[in-house]
Amino acid sequence: MKNKLSLFAIIIFLSFCFAIFYKGLNHTNTYTPKITDKKYIPIFEAKNFNSSTYLKSKKIFEEDIYYIVNIWASWCVPCRTEHPLLMKLSKNESAKLIGLNYRDNLDNAKKFINEFGNPYSQILTDSDGTLSVELGAYGVPETFIIDKNKKIIKRFIGPINRKIVEEIKLIIK
Amino acid sequence: MKILKIFIILFLSIGFSQLKSNEKNDELKNKILKNIRCLICQGQSVYDSESDFASSIKLIVDKKINDEMSEDQIYKFLRDKYGDWVIYEPELNKNTYVLWLLPLLLFVVGGAIIRKNLIFKNS
Repeated sequence: MKNKLSLFAIIIFLSFCFAIFYKGLNHTNTYTPKITDKKYIPIFEAKNFNSSTYLKSKKIFEEDIYYIVNIWASWCVPCRTEHPLLMKLSKNESAKLIGLNYRDNLDNAKKFINEFGNPYSQILTDSDGTLSVELGAYGVPETFIIDKNKKIIKRFIGPINRKIVEEIKLIIK
Repeated sequence: MKILKIFIILFLSIGFSQLKSNEKNDELKNKILKNIRCLICQGQSVYDSESDFASSIKLIVDKKINDEMSEDQIYKFLRDKYGDWVIYEPELNKNTYVLWLLPLLLFVVGGAIIRKNLIFKNS
């Protein structure tokens, strides 16, 4: 009786482990942290991608619209998969897409844009990754939505997919 | 000759004080980096990690120390960006009081049980 009970307990335990791992396998690699208190975008100064001029954050986000900040790099493979979706998203006029080129070689980044197209209205350079830390980013790719009050209202860690694009469209509508 | 001696002494003392302050800053930097969790690594501190995330955090911490921010101010800055999880030693607040007080509570309860058993055995 005791043996049967322990066998039953082991089976239950193993099934539980299997269910957890199986669920994990199907889980999306996009991590969306809950933003409980919406924070204002930090004040910063960033180098323009196409020229060596510096831009102030106030100037970058001056319009009274939604902004989508996408952190990308030419060496980042998931960035390539999300790029066509960003191209589609860039056609939406209710938000401006700002690119933040993360720890990248400028020549490679320019080749990337020439090859896959430029979805961004403006690209900033973050050569040492410190600007991304100011934004609270984990790495590449990462996407932030900034509302009209200049607050970060949502962020997506990892490549965006069709479902996320629909979610973004709903938010910026 | 006298002027030269004074000049050398001054030069060396400035050099040593600079070296000492750099050493102090490095010590503080390492202490802080060892207490920051690398959020994209598995079980590594920022100090131990060579990832892009860790490298960026190292640069930021270095910059903040040079801007004369205190250790607590740097922790606060990182906590604001990434939440309590980024610091290995969480501060006592409404979300972490169970974490801090539970071991103490277990210690007290355990101690009380042992004491009770000892008294019971002796009697």
